[in-house]
Amino acid sequence: MSAMWIGVIGASIALFILRYSGYLVPEKFLTNPRMLRINTLIPIALLSALVGVQTLTEKGKWIIDQRIAGVAVALIALSVKAPYFVVVISAAVTSAVLYRM
Amino acid sequence: MSRVNRATASQSLSVSFAVGLYGIAFGAAGIAAGFSILQTCLLSLLTFSGASQFAVVGVMGAGGTALSGIATAALLGIRNTLYGLRMAPILKVQGWKKVIAAQITIDESTGVAIGQEDLGVDAMKDGFWLTGFGVYVLWNFFTLVGSLGAQAMGNPSAWGLDAAVPAAFLGLVWPRLLGKFERALAVTALVIAILLSPYIAAGLPIILTALLAVIFGWKERA
Repeated sequence: MSAMWIGVIGASIALFILRYSGYLVPEKFLTNPRMLRINTLIPIALLSALVGVQTLTEKGKWIIDQRIAGVAVALIALSVKAPYFVVVISAAVTSAVLYRM
Repeated sequence: MSRVNRATASQSLSVSFAVGLYGIAFGAAGIAAGFSILQTCLLSLLTFSGASQFAVVGVMGAGGTALSGIATAALLGIRNTLYGLRMAPILKVQGWKKVIAAQITIDESTGVAIGQEDLGVDAMKDGFWLTGFGVYVLWNFFTLVGSLGAQAMGNPSAWGLDAAVPAAFLGLVWPRLLGKFERALAVTALVIAILLSPYIAAGLPIILTALLAVIFGWKERA
């Protein structure tokens, strides 16, 4: 079985277990304020890390290329409250134009 | 689910369309990362959690192992457990309905349900089911559209997909950056992950930033 398949099946099982356990565990569990706070912070850290790694590295090397321009445009789009779709498309168009130049 | 009130129905449907449409971006990202159309679509059907799905293809597309892809997806998915905790006493589901409810427990279904609180428990239930099913159907349909489209396009860089993926992550994290504290965490995580990338296996720099979130959350005096 290829790594991709393991990723697909493993992530699916992990997510289902996480979801289903919410319906099994008594409500009082996991409602410690500090735990709730950490739970809101984890996605912030992971998603930010993904932005950085996907923009400035490739195969474990630091690389500056057309992607950073695309992400910079996305940042501008977000700061003027553009809808999510515009954010993603504007990044793609910017990066594609630079790549083809 | 007898007679759904209009406010709940229209909110559920508009959220479903808005979110479902982003399935195109995920479908394209899956192909760009080297996953097949079938694998990309199965991620949407089975994993069914936007950020976690993007994490699997993002981490593995960058050369990370399956394990680090799964771990990142799971860390991002912990919040779904809390949504389940919140929804269980409202939905009061048993047996196979509990399995289905769990599968469609996501940011949007929980968010719309909680948004109906003033309209009563029935409206909360309706909001949950309508939004959950709505997003499920549309997200999967548009994943297929996006993956077929990307397959036809060929080289992902020539179409800017290489920048669309980090932009998609940026769009997901942006609304969560509510204050200075959150922004400080975001910037620290971003910088640390980039700095670590050449030195440790792909995927690990991202997982390690979860630890950073724990440290930040622990030290913060609320």
